[in-house]
Amino acid sequence: QVKFDSGVLLLSTHRLIWRDQKNHECCIAVPLSQIVFIEEQAAGIGKSAKIVVHLHPASSNKEPGPFQSSKYSYIKLSFKEHGQIEFYRRLSEEITQRRWESIPTGQAMQVKKDSQAGRIRAVGIVGIERKLEEKRKETDKNISEAFEDLSKLMEKAKEMVELSKSIANKIKEKQGDITEDETIRFKSYLLSMGIANPVTRETYGSGTQYHMQLAKQLAGILQTPLEERGGIMSLTEVYCLVNRARGLELLSPEDLVNACKMLESLKLPLRLRIFDSGVMVIELQSHNEEEMVAAALETVSEKGSLTADEFAKLVGMSVLLAKERLLLAEKMGHLCRDDSVEGLRFYPNLFLTQS
Amino acid sequence: LPQAKYKERGTVLAEDQLAQMSKQLDMFRTNLEEFASKHKQEIRKNPEFRVQFQDMCATIGVDPLASGKGFWAEMLGVGDFYYELGVQIIEVCLALKHRNGGLITLEELHQQVLKGRGKFAQDVSQDDLLRAIKKLKVLGSGFGIIPVGGTFLVQSVPAELNMDHTVVLQLAEKKGFVTVSEIQASLKWETERARQVLEHLLKAGMAWLDSQAPAEPQYWLPALFSELCSQELSPEHAREATP
Repeated sequence: QVKFDSGVLLLSTHRLIWRDQKNHECCIAVPLSQIVFIEEQAAGIGKSAKIVVHLHPASSNKEPGPFQSSKYSYIKLSFKEHGQIEFYRRLSEEITQRRWESIPTGQAMQVKKDSQAGRIRAVGIVGIERKLEEKRKETDKNISEAFEDLSKLMEKAKEMVELSKSIANKIKEKQGDITEDETIRFKSYLLSMGIANPVTRETYGSGTQYHMQLAKQLAGILQTPLEERGGIMSLTEVYCLVNRARGLELLSPEDLVNACKMLESLKLPLRLRIFDSGVMVIELQSHNEEEMVAAALETVSEKGSLTADEFAKLVGMSVLLAKERLLLAEKMGHLCRDDSVEGLRFYPNLFLTQS
Repeated sequence: LPQAKYKERGTVLAEDQLAQMSKQLDMFRTNLEEFASKHKQEIRKNPEFRVQFQDMCATIGVDPLASGKGFWAEMLGVGDFYYELGVQIIEVCLALKHRNGGLITLEELHQQVLKGRGKFAQDVSQDDLLRAIKKLKVLGSGFGIIPVGGTFLVQSVPAELNMDHTVVLQLAEKKGFVTVSEIQASLKWETERARQVLEHLLKAGMAWLDSQAPAEPQYWLPALFSELCSQELSPEHAREATP
């Protein structure tokens, strides 16, 4: 094991480069042409994931490096902070494409084309290749079994989709002759399978019993956080808050939206509001955004003019919601904008007040 | 009277089918349980398998990530994986928004998310990120994906970006910046159209203006800064290379 710890691995069309994170002067590289093949080593307890890079024997005119020679014909790259999946993919691509053969390198590096180097196959390498082939076959077998099972499962899932379509058609034909109970049942079946509701696209969206329950839960969970944040939160904030609190059995974004759509009809103390921009927020019923606009106008007047960023900082709101409030104030005629490349700035609307 | 009879039959038919669906659903649940017991780990560990799984679901019209209450999420655990990723993506984008105007490359997002997840968390691929982001769209805060070069830009603010904006972003992706002349040369637009698009990006904070550039003003995308740094070309060489 060598002492090259804590660095950044870079991949170019020609080389694999490692640069020490602490000492930027320290930088080592391996030409991609030296690579025979690479294999992945999964992470384990106390071990990070690795990529093993098997190399050709060094050519006699190799560039000076940390070691003149080694008894090993491979190097191991240890990914202590992940990224190995993408890196393996990219490195495989570069090795397959062999772009270093067609693209000339830049300055500095002296590339002596040793046409012999690529053709020499040491005995040890053949053994490694055989081992890798066996391992590939074994993995392939596991994968193909998994794929087979997956295909069979999908066949069954497809049947469910067909059935749901046929029921949906029936419902469409018998407009209104389907009981509400049956509609609710049908929706919950669709929810379980993850099939989009082909029939109803109205008020409750894909609302089901589950979403009704969820809506009630949310009303409980969000009361205090909303009070702490001035009565209003964006849906992305809510999504993060709720899921971080849950830890397991998280809500999907759609679950959240569908539940929130039911808040008002369930007469809960929160409601969903959608601004013109498409931004979605949850407000306390007691919250009155239009009243907040009056306060915002005062703040802006005090300062002469404000951007959304400045207003957000001043008032202690997220920039997203600050902007929506200022836009609403503008819509109501209290503020007007100065939209330049310096930024979007809001001023009290003097046309209104000083006429 | 025959009308009423007809109505009744109609309802009964649907009832029959619903009962059938309920039974088949139970059977499917069992099948899925069996599949999960054998291959749940595979899905967790193998990003390629995840992609296959997602693609097959999409083909037959099933969205395994639609609800945390769905069978797929419950039994395969795919839900929690992607929904948690969603939270991490939101947090990274929020943290960097002041710097890049709400536009970030998929690569940088990937790096930052991995950092945030820590050493002991499971690795995620770029495909995983894209799927999580697609789900976040529905929350209304402007999450979107813009294809550029060979990769993607991830938008996380509700700024309106139409085809014109997207095309200019794609043009800028090559060097990290773009000029009005380049737009005119590549896209054959009039000056005014180019200027409007660039102004929109400036106002959104997604582009920065370098009015002191030698030939003409350059519009840089901060979202691409980290990508420029990772290229072999050093900034000095880059400057030399530009006319």
